[in-house]
Amino acid sequence: MTGPVEAIARAVRQGEVRAVEVLAEHLGRIARTEPDVHAFNLVTSDVAGRQAEEVDRAVAEGRDPGPLAGVPVALKDLLCTRGVPTTCSSRVLEGWVPPYDATVVTRLAEAGAVFVGKTNMDEFAMGSSTEHSAFGPTRNPHDLSRVPGGSSGGSAAAVAAGFAAASLGSDTGGSIRQPAALCGVVGAKPTYGLVSRYGLVAFASSLDQIGPFALTVADAAMVLDVISGHDERDSTSLPGAQPSASSRLGRGVAGLRVGVIAELVGADGMAPDVAARVEEAAAALSAAGARVEPVSVPSVRYGLSAYYMIAPAEASSNLARYDGVRYGLRKPGADITEMYTATRSAGFGAEVKRRVMLGTYALSAGYYDAYYGKAQRVRTLIIRDFEDAYRSYDVLLSPTAPTTAFELGAKTADPLTMYLNDVCTIPSNLAGHPAVSVPFGRGTDGLPIGVQVLAPALGEPVMFQVAEALEAAAPTGGAA
Amino acid sequence: MSGTGPEGWEVVIGLEVHCELRTRTKLFCGCPNVFGDEPNTNVCPVCLGLPGSLPVLNREAVELALRIGRALHCRVQSSVFHRKNYFYPDMPKDFQISQYDVPVNADGWLELPSGKRVGIERAHMEEDTGKTTHVGGGGRIHEATFSLVDYNRAGVPLVEIVSAPDLRGADEAREYVEELRAVLVATGASDGKMEEGSLRVDCNVSVRPEGTTELGTRCEIKNMNSLRSLSRAVAYEAARQVEVLTSGARVVQETRHWDEADGRTHAMRSKEEAFDYRYFPEPDLVTLSPSDEWISAVEAALPVLPAERRRRVAEASGEAPGSEAVSTVVRLDLDDLVMAASSAGADAGLALRRLANEVAGALADAGRVSLDPAAFVELVRMEQDGELTPAQARRVLKELVAVGGAPRDIAGRLGLRSLGSDQLSSVVEQVVTDNPREWERFAGGDDKLVGFFVGKVKAATGGNADLRAATELLRGRRSQSGPSTT
Amino acid sequence: MRVAYLDPPLERSPGGGCRRVDRGRPGRYDGRVAQPISEDEVAHVARLARLELSQAELEQYTSQLAQVLEHAADIEALEIEGVPPTAHPFPLVNVLREDVPRPCLDRDEVLAQAPDVDQDRFRIPRILGEAP
Repeated sequence: MTGPVEAIARAVRQGEVRAVEVLAEHLGRIARTEPDVHAFNLVTSDVAGRQAEEVDRAVAEGRDPGPLAGVPVALKDLLCTRGVPTTCSSRVLEGWVPPYDATVVTRLAEAGAVFVGKTNMDEFAMGSSTEHSAFGPTRNPHDLSRVPGGSSGGSAAAVAAGFAAASLGSDTGGSIRQPAALCGVVGAKPTYGLVSRYGLVAFASSLDQIGPFALTVADAAMVLDVISGHDERDSTSLPGAQPSASSRLGRGVAGLRVGVIAELVGADGMAPDVAARVEEAAAALSAAGARVEPVSVPSVRYGLSAYYMIAPAEASSNLARYDGVRYGLRKPGADITEMYTATRSAGFGAEVKRRVMLGTYALSAGYYDAYYGKAQRVRTLIIRDFEDAYRSYDVLLSPTAPTTAFELGAKTADPLTMYLNDVCTIPSNLAGHPAVSVPFGRGTDGLPIGVQVLAPALGEPVMFQVAEALEAAAPTGGAA
Repeated sequence: MSGTGPEGWEVVIGLEVHCELRTRTKLFCGCPNVFGDEPNTNVCPVCLGLPGSLPVLNREAVELALRIGRALHCRVQSSVFHRKNYFYPDMPKDFQISQYDVPVNADGWLELPSGKRVGIERAHMEEDTGKTTHVGGGGRIHEATFSLVDYNRAGVPLVEIVSAPDLRGADEAREYVEELRAVLVATGASDGKMEEGSLRVDCNVSVRPEGTTELGTRCEIKNMNSLRSLSRAVAYEAARQVEVLTSGARVVQETRHWDEADGRTHAMRSKEEAFDYRYFPEPDLVTLSPSDEWISAVEAALPVLPAERRRRVAEASGEAPGSEAVSTVVRLDLDDLVMAASSAGADAGLALRRLANEVAGALADAGRVSLDPAAFVELVRMEQDGELTPAQARRVLKELVAVGGAPRDIAGRLGLRSLGSDQLSSVVEQVVTDNPREWERFAGGDDKLVGFFVGKVKAATGGNADLRAATELLRGRRSQSGPSTT
Repeated sequence: MRVAYLDPPLERSPGGGCRRVDRGRPGRYDGRVAQPISEDEVAHVARLARLELSQAELEQYTSQLAQVLEHAADIEALEIEGVPPTAHPFPLVNVLREDVPRPCLDRDEVLAQAPDVDQDRFRIPRILGEAP
């Protein structure tokens, strides 16, 4: 299946179409539909225009314009872009203009990508619906009364609505895969350390990874190949060269061993139509020649609890710096503590405050061992259980999200219910493993459903290989 | 003020010394590590804590930390950096990256010139903070109307060296800091400049009745920026605590601020809440685990440290390692000259005395001196062989230090040459003959008169006589000729 | 369509063999329930985090945090003392940078972002407490 990334890059590189024309087409779609969807915090037509012209110049002069020549890409608004505001959808960063580019931004630009805008998100990536944005929610292009998922809802919606051929999001507990599922696009969270986090505004440092959204599996792999690779500015960046994510595409799945994670298919709150699609997906892989079996990964049932200790704890520390001294918002106060308190109380939304307090509590004297310390041990258990499973299986399969896209406002009053959206996606973050959500049919409500393919560390090639097979087998109309 | 503390009380001190490492760049980024630049010029996304930035550890900072660790006989171990969380405007991220439960260096010791070994609990790595200037209210923090922050220093690599509470009294605390400073400078880890804040000392002080072993409640003293203020602050604080205790009250554990101007420590006002640092492993950094090869290489490259140098000088010169002269020459880096004299077969004890007195004095006056080892050894030999009197040798040494040259040439130019023993004997005879009444009294037991005769010898020889030899001749003559004094 | 292999699932035992088990129920645990967090504790962490809460917010956050902590009681009750903690997904060691200077940011660009600047420094309201 040829996706727009592949198609645009080929056409632009061969001079069949100019990058500025591709851009104009996408900006046209943005002009028509963006007011309804609100995928962007900022549309960067000027930046994009200059980049597109540069690509066209390179082509005209016979220089290599890069593998993503002229491909319109949207960036989640927590990726630092030099000279372009980066807000994390938070009031506290309103007006901040980073003096540097994130490593992934540099790599995309060097590959010839064209940046159409910075996408909306849950504030500081904390949320599963993009409703926790200081600038208003993003709506699901498939049904404007529904959420696009989150936290990278803007990036998912931008691809689903055709505003960009691909986009980048960040995934701390499912923030790429869950909105990908809800918006009917492909979204991948790479192995921790495969993509540099330098310039990604941190939510939970030991879990955060940047990854691509695209309409096809091959497109997602292609973008991932551009942004991945060692970066000396990120101490947690994996050393050495890794195999291309695209290296096993087109090989089929005959002989591969696939385990279906029982605890996740049977998780509390799993909608029957979602579970049924996963079973169909498993059957399709089986029909394509894979050996498919159920598998138990017992400790994943503790993933959610562990995650809601570790991520807020790290976040409480990562977000301390928003204090009104060096950049961003400042609210006046008679002394420094009053200024800090006024600034942070006005600058952060309710969900951020909730998690910062939760994390502060989990780390505070007397509770560290019971909460944060314990959660880190659970993390070890999950890693061990996955190791066990991967001794017998090449990849694992599960739902991505328990339901299709829900109505705006349906879960905002009850944080815990919102958190349960991430039950299937969190284990991969805790283990540092890659996982991808692939559209696979629709639910009884006609909205997209995603199936998740999980792989061991650096298993991107086999993960995309299986994802591609699912894409090919997806029920008609499965992808947007 | 006494160096050992108030009568009847023992002063117990532990010191925390923050040492800025002499690297080219900061601990976690490539910004220059320089003192005194224009404010906020040595900053980047990392040391400003800008959103999205990430730290990467400086290899040279680790190297220097390992040197410190091994020089202090610490165990080097794998360590995980932690975040120490608290809000303060000189910290760009509102947390400090530091080592916590497992420091890279632990359980060592430092040997003082007195021979005492002071325990080193840990010597861990951390990042420095920015610098805050308080405006209004005479620059005092509480009375300021606002403050200004410069982040040039933020992220400069530090090693914090924490001693055991092994020190007793202000003098010993000072001796410890001097010795530690010498070690840090010798290893190349620090420039040792207290006045520029390269070395900063915090001090935990408690007192207890002499003869008891239980530790008293301690106070932490901050803001001492010289050795002098350290001594004064310790002495003041110890006296204050004794006064509190003898009045029947209790010492409150707190942090106190040394005020150089009024010579007192003051309780630091802080917000009502206690600090809760919420330490947790820094997720943006990986484990630091120096290999055995690395540690061995660091160890092999360590210079000879002051304690060992003192031992060598003491052995060569016959002085005690804890003697003032020995520690002076080592402190002033003059010990190579003692060793040069020793290995040339010259009188190392004599060399030590000349260095500890005359050369040290010249150094104190001039700030720096250069002294050619061969020439110095030659001079020691001339004095030792009686070619020059001690007074003459001192003159020549002064000239040698001031302008250099060969000692024999200098002596010749200045017309300095010790009288031969025959000549000296005849001068002594002459002086005795010329002063018969004084001789009678001297011979009769009035020993004070030796000075009178020596003065006469000195005058008669224009200073070219070895006065010690003259004294011996006078006493020898008396014991042969005169009646016994007993 | 329901696929037979999904029900009941197999649990892989540590020894490598498989045995039939009840399906796990993520998010529910019958063990000890965490002591619900009190309003005082929430007020304390809010102060630590430099957040100001109205009484209504305090009540609401207290009940929401209590709910999350109750959910986390499942891990609190786990007996896994022998299991080492994982702070990093992958055990990298000694990632080091050479001591080579890199360009700094332009001061004007840095200070242009600041809410208040004076004498090329970041200007802040007075500080009441000393650094710890």
